[in-house]
Amino acid sequence: MITNEYLPFSSKVLKVTKHTPMEHTYTMEFAGAKDVVPGQFFELSLPKYGEAPISVSGIGENSVDLTVRSIGVVTDELFKYEAGRHLYIRGPYGNGFIADDYKDSELLVIAGGTGVSPVKAIIDYFGNHNDEVKSMSIITGFKSKDDQLFREDFKRWGKQMNVTLTFDRGDETKENIGLVTKYIPSVKVNNFDDAKAIVVGPPIMMKFAVKGLIERGYKEENIWISHERRMSCGLGKCGHCRVNSTYICLDGPVFNYTVGKDLID
Amino acid sequence: MAYSLDKIAVDELFSKWGEDYLIYGPTLIKNTGRLSDTDSVRYDEVKSIDDLELNLKSDYSFKDVILPISEVLFYYNEDGMMVPKQKHNGAIIFLRSCDLHALDRLDQMFMENGKPDFYYTRLRENLKFVLIPCSKSFENCFCVSMNSNVTKNYDLTIEEINGEYVFESKDEYFTKFFSGSKELDYTVPYVKENDIKVEHVEKINNLAITKSEMWREYDSRCIACGRCTLVCPTCTCWTMQDIHYGDNQKAGERRRVQASCMVDNFDRVAGGHVYREKNGDRMRYKALHKISDHRERYGVDMCIGCGRCDDICPEYISFSTILNKIAKESE
Ligand SMILES: Cc1cc2nc3c(=O)[nH]c(=O)nc-3n(C[C@H](O)[C@H](O)[C@H](O)COP(=O)(O)OP(=O)(O)OC[C@H]3O[C@@H](n4cnc5c(N)ncnc54)[C@H](O)[C@@H]3O)c2cc1C
Ligand code: SF4
Ligand code: SF4
Ligand code: FES
Repeated sequence: MITNEYLPFSSKVLKVTKHTPMEHTYTMEFAGAKDVVPGQFFELSLPKYGEAPISVSGIGENSVDLTVRSIGVVTDELFKYEAGRHLYIRGPYGNGFIADDYKDSELLVIAGGTGVSPVKAIIDYFGNHNDEVKSMSIITGFKSKDDQLFREDFKRWGKQMNVTLTFDRGDETKENIGLVTKYIPSVKVNNFDDAKAIVVGPPIMMKFAVKGLIERGYKEENIWISHERRMSCGLGKCGHCRVNSTYICLDGPVFNYTVGKDLID
Repeated sequence: MAYSLDKIAVDELFSKWGEDYLIYGPTLIKNTGRLSDTDSVRYDEVKSIDDLELNLKSDYSFKDVILPISEVLFYYNEDGMMVPKQKHNGAIIFLRSCDLHALDRLDQMFMENGKPDFYYTRLRENLKFVLIPCSKSFENCFCVSMNSNVTKNYDLTIEEINGEYVFESKDEYFTKFFSGSKELDYTVPYVKENDIKVEHVEKINNLAITKSEMWREYDSRCIACGRCTLVCPTCTCWTMQDIHYGDNQKAGERRRVQASCMVDNFDRVAGGHVYREKNGDRMRYKALHKISDHRERYGVDMCIGCGRCDDICPEYISFSTILNKIAKESE
């Protein structure tokens, strides 16, 4: 008998972390957590309200983190849930960031806004396995200090890697102000053969960050991006996420830039 | 082996088959055509040979036998979820050569694109296909160009010749019903030429074709009604939909309903962004999916050249013309 992939399973909310009024992380019980790959996603499934694809922002022993921005029908409903309640999810789906692709590299992760969620688990991984990369840097941007996510994690990352945190607006005397692209020229690179980069954020930010990286000397094949599209199934069946011959939910959401750049909606 | 039967004998067969299978075929429905006072041919359950329309091309395809326009995935209430029983445990489907080729495309999408689909697979399991051979091309057809004019993947064929019905069986289940029937020499006909021919392009330059001005014509001509994809035997897209029952806030059902890339909101994401605002760009997205995009993944064009999109379009847009324009632009 073929498994019915559309049936979501019940999962307990273990913890809710409120980063901002609009963005909360839900730590969800999930027994299969050890097989989840950073950058994969789950379908948050709330009968009556619908489903929403949400990236894995953290992988625990028996749990996964889903960091959600409250923006519509499903996500608004989710925000009524507190720790201890159960809800439905299904997944994980998609390819994710494969750690082996980045081993022994000088790794740079550039992410903006909620784009930090899908890369958070891979930042965590190399933060904890510092010996697997030659160097590790992140450039992350948020609209303002009030919009920052993962404040506690940034403290840890500060000790593990080179962290650049910047805000679109704020007090220039206290923090970095400007877009993430502004900081690409100051990343220290020893050898561009080893320099690899992951870029995730709004399409316009990804476009300019990749441009900045290529101008800097990064090779196209050493850059990875993650795409978002309308999704109804996450299973390669509904057709909504298709771009050319690619299904973002199956073949992505993570793409090497040499592949990802040619997708035309 | 081929057999010839009169109408009474055929109706007897229908009632015997009906004990084992749901029988599904093209039927003529009065006053439902594109223009007023015209008829349309749609798929429905058939009980006798009189219900079947063997001479006209169906306006709608057979696909909703295995891919219902709206399908309940599960019912939910406080206690959990319940998957409904399948609509049928087996069906006999009457269709044409191009349709049998379309079935391959549906299979590719639902059984090969990722893990096999539970709901599709269970309806797909026990199907028998009866070919209605075409001896001549219908309007708007271009099956010869799409290599879908001939098929061997049928279980049975049916053709009306001089008031009798001629069958050729390749399937044990069917063959056993013909023992004692009049045998004859028979070759299954097929269409060798269409008025419409479509030029093939091996490799399409996506960037160049996207930039082409050819799509701008359809920004205004196409009204994004989605009828072309609804009738298309190879269009499979759908959207998840939750429906709850009136006053009971906790009970309802989750369905999938047929969707169309030609229609507003197909690509809309939270926050309001859409990827293809203009109808001409949706036409490009659809057209390339029907040829090169699907071919890149599965080695065959998705379009099978049935021309139903042209038959139904209220704006008289011709899809074969679009394919030929793409070929010209790609020279
Ligand atoms: C791979 C992937 C990973 C993602 N990761 C995250 C993440 O980690 N965190 C996060 O916060 N978000 C993430 N998103 C975005 C998130 O999925 C959306 O914000 C979420 O689907 C919004 O759902 P909603 O019901 O709250 O919003 P709504 O705006 O109510 O939308 C619900 C769904 O219906 C569609 N829709 C809305 N209005 C209409 C309409 N009028 N007609 C037809 N359809 C409509 C939307 O496009 C959406 O798919 C991700 C998306 C993808 C594809
Ligand atoms: S043409 Fe459009 S509606 Fe039809 S299968 Fe392709 S994307 Fe879906
Ligand atoms: S091509 Fe014709 S049938 Fe298809 S969406 Fe446009 S107007 Fe409707
Ligand atoms: S989300 Fe349904 S096919 Fe990709």
